[in-house]
Amino acid sequence: MNSTSNAVKTSPQPGFVYLPLIVGWLVPGAGHFLVRKWGRGALLALAILSMFVLGIAMQGKVYSSAHDILDILGLVGDLGSGLLYIVSRVLGLGADSVQVTTADYGTRFIVVAGLLNVIAAVDAHNLRTGRKPS
Amino acid sequence: MLTPSHFTAVLLFALCASVVFGITMRETPPRMFRYGLYCFLLFVGSAVVLSWGMYLIAR
Repeated sequence: MNSTSNAVKTSPQPGFVYLPLIVGWLVPGAGHFLVRKWGRGALLALAILSMFVLGIAMQGKVYSSAHDILDILGLVGDLGSGLLYIVSRVLGLGADSVQVTTADYGTRFIVVAGLLNVIAAVDAHNLRTGRKPS
Repeated sequence: MLTPSHFTAVLLFALCASVVFGITMRETPPRMFRYGLYCFLLFVGSAVVLSWGMYLIAR
């Protein structure tokens, strides 16, 4: 009986299960909104957006090309921000090169915001598939 | 241009990262809060300990 109720609780819903993953990657917190976790989605969006904006405000570098392995890793991290990365590239936000110490912090903030966004998107996917119960 | 001090940058980084870790790594709100607080203290505490370590090594 107990295992049956657990199976019902964690059974996947119909539809495209990767939608929260993709939407959550594109817009921070939106994956959780899709699975009706409004509070969590809002907190995740606030944390990730704050981190990205703080990085830009510190004149952090937004990676646009990769010349060595560290640049590749930075670019991969930045791409995790989804639309935030695209918007920042289109608007020319961030610095082309790091000049001061705080700009180096800003660069890390931007990269880590992208990585945290990927974690949040995967969490939304796990909620959608039932791998994470609640 | 925003120019926070090193410690302020650590606090901001720890706060944002801890919120995400807390929400994504635990299942219930009380456990999320506790884990987020734990991560925040570990971030800030390790930064303080490592800073003192580097200070003492550099002397």
